[in-house]
Amino acid sequence: MPKPDPARSPGSADTLPASERALARARAAAAAVVDPELPFLTIEELGILRGVRRAETGIVVELTPTYLGCPATLAIRLAVEAALVAAGFSEARVEMRLAPAWSTAEITAEGRRKLAAAGIAPPAAAAGAAPLFSDPRVACPRCGSERTHKLAEFGATACKAQWRCEACAEPFDYFKCI
Amino acid sequence: MQQDPQLASAAAGTAPALVATLLGLADDALVLGHRLSEWSGRGPTLEEDIALSNLALDLIGQARFSYGYAGELEGGGRDEDALAYRRDEHAYLNLLLLEQPNGDFARTMTRHLIYAAFLHPYLQALAASTDRRLAAFAAKAAKEMAYHSRHAAEWVIRLGDGTAESHARSLTALDDLWMYTGEMFEMTAGETALVAEGLIPDRGRIKPAWDQTIDRVLAEATLPRPADRWMQTGGRAGRHSEHLGHLLAEMQVLNRAHPDAKW
Repeated sequence: MPKPDPARSPGSADTLPASERALARARAAAAAVVDPELPFLTIEELGILRGVRRAETGIVVELTPTYLGCPATLAIRLAVEAALVAAGFSEARVEMRLAPAWSTAEITAEGRRKLAAAGIAPPAAAAGAAPLFSDPRVACPRCGSERTHKLAEFGATACKAQWRCEACAEPFDYFKCI
Repeated sequence: MQQDPQLASAAAGTAPALVATLLGLADDALVLGHRLSEWSGRGPTLEEDIALSNLALDLIGQARFSYGYAGELEGGGRDEDALAYRRDEHAYLNLLLLEQPNGDFARTMTRHLIYAAFLHPYLQALAASTDRRLAAFAAKAAKEMAYHSRHAAEWVIRLGDGTAESHARSLTALDDLWMYTGEMFEMTAGETALVAEGLIPDRGRIKPAWDQTIDRVLAEATLPRPADRWMQTGGRAGRHSEHLGHLLAEMQVLNRAHPDAKW
């Protein structure tokens, strides 16, 4: 898969100053890191890459956690640092951002498409603070039917719930909306 | 958890009181998170086992933030591990409610509802703190406590309005735990000073929202709300029930036996 390269706008790459090209390379390296628990999804598509900037000490990558206790956060930080070292930025560091709080609305359109393709229903658009016993309408990622129901609000990772489709009878993961 | 360096602390001058408040929040989250983690591998169903472990993880994540920030403001070099693993029982400032043993599933869910129905609106109010870092944390954690409150409420309703057995167990749990509810709304002198600075919300002002959630859930669960009688207190001053020492012994033994071990 080609890595996204923000510096690739037509005819501009060669005319940019070297420092700008380096920042674009750093950004591309960070953006291509995948979530260890959703290895088909980049951190940019997941919406947790908040920015890549240059500080006096070197490149700084800003990440935000999906959930405060998500164990993947540390693995993602290390993967970003490793990716930047591999891209030649040995002095790069990662900073965590808490504000604004991450929301599933930050998953990109491409990220939602990839989730569905991997059999994980992407989050519904509604807010997460649903009242008691009320569930969103979730389409089955396999057959598209909305005749689905929640089996359990918690699943294999903090961000997923377990659902089942009544049309095709298959269980599936639903990426919870928060 | 690594702190967000862009969010300046508004805590200059109020640091000792804010450290105590953060430690209280952190100890609450860690002690309850540890209690929930005791269900890992022995939940009543596989789905609920996973749910309890997920809820525990959220709370431990929240504790990590509060310990990290407290340690930084304290300025004495204690990190989140030092604060969690190397303080004795009397240095812990958690609410007595949260150290109570899990008991049966009804008791665990009743305890969780009582606390989550408080913490969710408390964090929503804390999101307006003049301390930007605290506000950012609260806005984030409030999203998590919304589903904690919902999940616990759904179970209290199922169990209360379930069989004669589940109803009786829920009622016993509610009656036993009720004397620990008053402590959630107590203010320390330090906290009162922080409220005046706009750093934290007044706990008493969270009471109406808590009452509303509790009354609605208990009504639907066909459980009578216990009368407010004598309320147990002392957790915020480090005076604990006999249960906390056992909890800490299990939680801290590895770190204390092998200080600074890496794996």
